[in-house]
Amino acid sequence: MSRRTTGLAIEAEGLTRSFGETQALAGIDLQVPAGTVYGLLGPNGAGKTTAVRVLATLLRPDGGSARVFGHDVVTDADKVRSRVSLTGQYASVDEDLTGTENLVLLARLLGLRKPAARERAAALLAAFGLTEASDRQVKKYSGGMRRRIDIAASILNTPDLLFLDEPTTGLDPRSRNQVWEIVRAVVSHGTTVLLTTQYLDEADQLAGRIAVVDHGRVIAEGTPGELKSSVGSGTVHLRLRDPGQRPEAEKVLREALDVPVQLAADPVALTARVGEAGTDLDASAQAARALGDLARAGIVVDDFSLGQPSLDEVFLALTDHPAVPADERDDKLEAAR
Amino acid sequence: MSNVTTERAPSVYVPSAEALATVLAPSARPPRPSALGASLTFGWRAMLKIKHVPEQLFDVTAFPIIMVLMFTYLFGGALAGSPREYLQFFLPGIMVTSVVMITMYTGVGLNTDIEKGIFDRFRTLPVWRPAALVGMIFGDVLRYILAALVILGLGLALGFRPAGGVLGVAAGIGLLVVFSFAFSWVWTFFGLILRSEKSVMGVSMMVLFPLTFLSNVFVDPSTMPGWLQAFVKVNPVTQLVAAIRGAMSGDSDPSATMWLLVWSAGFLVVFGTLTMYRYNRR
Repeated sequence: MSRRTTGLAIEAEGLTRSFGETQALAGIDLQVPAGTVYGLLGPNGAGKTTAVRVLATLLRPDGGSARVFGHDVVTDADKVRSRVSLTGQYASVDEDLTGTENLVLLARLLGLRKPAARERAAALLAAFGLTEASDRQVKKYSGGMRRRIDIAASILNTPDLLFLDEPTTGLDPRSRNQVWEIVRAVVSHGTTVLLTTQYLDEADQLAGRIAVVDHGRVIAEGTPGELKSSVGSGTVHLRLRDPGQRPEAEKVLREALDVPVQLAADPVALTARVGEAGTDLDASAQAARALGDLARAGIVVDDFSLGQPSLDEVFLALTDHPAVPADERDDKLEAAR
Repeated sequence: MSNVTTERAPSVYVPSAEALATVLAPSARPPRPSALGASLTFGWRAMLKIKHVPEQLFDVTAFPIIMVLMFTYLFGGALAGSPREYLQFFLPGIMVTSVVMITMYTGVGLNTDIEKGIFDRFRTLPVWRPAALVGMIFGDVLRYILAALVILGLGLALGFRPAGGVLGVAAGIGLLVVFSFAFSWVWTFFGLILRSEKSVMGVSMMVLFPLTFLSNVFVDPSTMPGWLQAFVKVNPVTQLVAAIRGAMSGDSDPSATMWLLVWSAGFLVVFGTLTMYRYNRR
C-alpha cells in the first residue's frame, strides 16, 4: 500500500476551457481527498465531463492548473497517467473484441507478459461475473455487463485514482446497484474515485463529498448532509381533488411551513420544500402539520408525498434556475468536440 | 392461464466483496512496455479486429481484383496491343494505385475509433504516445501486403512475368510497404482533424484520385502535355511506380528509389509530427 498517497488526490484551481464560443469550464476549483469517493454533481452540459477529461490528461485547460497526486496534468501528464484510469461515458473498451481480448490487450499495454495478462483478465472477469461472456464480443453485452467490463478494464492495474464519468446513466436499478457495490469495494481498497453523476441520490449513496457543478463552476461543495440541509431535507408534493381549492391550499401551506409554495403546471398540484435549515422541526413533522392544517381548512388532498429534494430542486435552490436547459449547451459542446 | 412456470432464472451477478478483494489487492506495477512492444500490442488489436470482422478485408481483396481486371482489359488492347503485353507495364502501377488508395482507410478507421470513445482509454494509458497509431498502421501494413499479394497472384495468372524474379518482386513490394506506411500518416492526421468518417473519405478521394491517375501508372508520361508532365514528374506515386517497375523488372532505378525514400521520410516526419501534435492536444 506504500504507493497510495494520503492528503489530496486532486487539487485544481481556476480551470477554464472553452470549445469555440461555449465555455465548458469557467474556473473550477476542486480539492479531492485521497482514499474517498468524490462526487461531481450537475446536469448535462454543466462541465462535469470536461473537468474529468482535463484531470485525466485528455484535454488541456485554457487556464488554471490542476495536480493529481502532486503531478501537474499538463506538464507532468505521463506521471499522472501512470496513477489514474478512466471509465468514460461512452465505449471505453473495443466493441468488436471479446471481454477477454479487451482485458488482455490493456493488461499487455500496462506491461504484463502474456501469461500474467491472461491470468489477470480471467480473475477480473470472474470477479465481475463475466466469465460466461468472456469469449463473446462486447457489442453483444447488455448495458450492465458493458459497464462492468468498462470498470474491470479501468482497475486492471488497481489505479490510485479512478475517474467514473456517469457510470450508471442508462442502467436499470439492479445494474446500478451492482456498480455501486463495485465502487464501494474499489474505494475500500484505497483507490480514490472521482465520480460524475446527474443523480443526487447516487452522489448521496457513494460520495463522501460532493461538488455541485453548473455552467462550468462549482456552486456548492460539502458532504451530502451539508448540501441537503442547505436546501432543505425534503419536498412535499400534493395533489388536490378540486383545482378550485388550490389558491386556498397555497395560503394554508405557506402559513404552516413558512416557505414559498410552487404551483405546478398541473392545476391540482403544489410543491413546497420542508426541513429547511434553521427551522426546529424535521421534515416529516412539518409535513404532518401541513397536512393537518389542510384537513382542518376542508381541503381534500388526493395524493401526498414527502421525498428527498431532487437534483432539480437542489439546483433551483442553489442557482434559482432549473437544471434542464443545459441540454442545448450540451449539443453545442458535442458539435465543438 | 394461471399455470405458473418456473423457469430457471438467468444467473444474476451479485458483486461479492471477497471476489472483488482478490482482484483489487494492489500489486507491484510491472515495468512499462517498450515502444515497439506497445506498438505490436496495438497491432495485435488490429489483427483481432480482422478476425472478428473479416468483411473489412473486402477492400484489400475484391477491390484490387476489380481494378486489375478492369484496367487490363479496358486499356490493354488499345495501349499495348494486347492485355498480356500491357500487364507487363501496368501491373506494378495498379498495385501501387490499389494499395495507395487503401491507405485512406487508416484515417477512416482512426476517426471511427475516436468517435466511439475507445481512444480516450488509449490516451490515458502510460505508454509510448504514438504506439496506438503505429500499431494501427502495423495492422494496415498487413492489409497492404495482402492486397499486393492478391494483385501479384492475379497478375501472374493473367501472364505477368517479372524479369526481376522472386527477389525483385519482394523488393518491389517492400518499397511499396515502406511508402504506404509513411503515407498512412497523412490519413491519421486527417482522421484526427476531421469530424466525421464521411469527410475523411471525401478528402481522401480528392487527394488520391489526382495523385494516382496523374502519374505514370496507366500510360507513358511522354505522351502528355508539358504542364501535366511537370506535375507527373514530381508526383511521389510516379517515383514509387518507377522504383517498383525497376525492381520487378530486374533493372533497378536508383534515382526513383532514392526519391521514393525521400518522399517517404518527408511524409513520415511532417505528417507524423502533425498527427502527434493533434493527438496530444485534442
